[in-house]
Amino acid sequence: MKSLEELKAIKAKMQDKVNLRTSSAQTRVVVGMATCGIAAGARPVLAAFVEGINEAGLSDNVIVTQTGCIGICQYEPVVEVFNGEDKVTYVKMTAERAKEVIEKHIKGGNVVTEYTIGENAK
Amino acid sequence: MDELSLYVLDITMNSVRAGAAEISVTLREEGEWLDFTVTDNGCGMTEEQVQKLTDPFFTTRKTRKVGLGIPFLTMLAEMTGGYVRITSTHESVSDDHGTTTHARFGRNHIDFIPLGDMIGTVVTLIQGSPDINFVYTHTTERGTVSLSCEELRAVLEDVPLNEPEVLAWIADNLNEQYQALASD
Repeated sequence: MKSLEELKAIKAKMQDKVNLRTSSAQTRVVVGMATCGIAAGARPVLAAFVEGINEAGLSDNVIVTQTGCIGICQYEPVVEVFNGEDKVTYVKMTAERAKEVIEKHIKGGNVVTEYTIGENAK
Repeated sequence: MDELSLYVLDITMNSVRAGAAEISVTLREEGEWLDFTVTDNGCGMTEEQVQKLTDPFFTTRKTRKVGLGIPFLTMLAEMTGGYVRITSTHESVSDDHGTTTHARFGRNHIDFIPLGDMIGTVVTLIQGSPDINFVYTHTTERGTVSLSCEELRAVLEDVPLNEPEVLAWIADNLNEQYQALASD
């Protein structure tokens, strides 16, 4: 059984890291989790970002958060990636597409244009 | 939505948005019924708001003009022979404010949908609101699976509950609790 002892070990390991992280996160990934997002499949998309960013070793620089409905329900699941002043809005996301966005955009710095709202709202 | 766990996620998000510090999510499977109850100490609703809840064209949000969470839940519950009951006390009325949403579903009804990934729902809630004290309890004929964020926080102290390692621990812990139930 996953015991509280194991949780204590995680705490010991994370403590120093966490203090560092809150001040240094540069990229913010925001997943829409209102009724529209949830019904369209946002839960696995969020999980893919949380797990993928951790696995890629990017969690010191990238935070994943949730938001409510931003008013473009027909494009859900919607994911916004904020970096400084820039914002990229990805639409109709899936867990697979999330992995691609982590790899190409968040890690590689190249926006995955085909999933952006600009490409899909034509 | 094709899993009950997504309805649970959606309805519990209402409590999150109500600014609750404590939210209990309870599932109880007994006989022919599955009862799902969310209780929070959030801002609550006025009597007028409660009355309008099943109206899809009523919503307090500003970004769109429809609110489908409660209508979806009510439709599914009633399709399976159950019901939804909501009681709420608005913060302007009493210091003891908050909302309780109780939905009952007929487990054996042909229109009942699978419970689905409850672990995914619990982890998603904690990821989004690591400072809320969620208490999750799922009781079946075989026993109970439970998780209290307050207990985890006592161990973690200033390490947030939405650290990926912590979320993975929570998912594993719940998974093992569910497996223990299945193998008893």
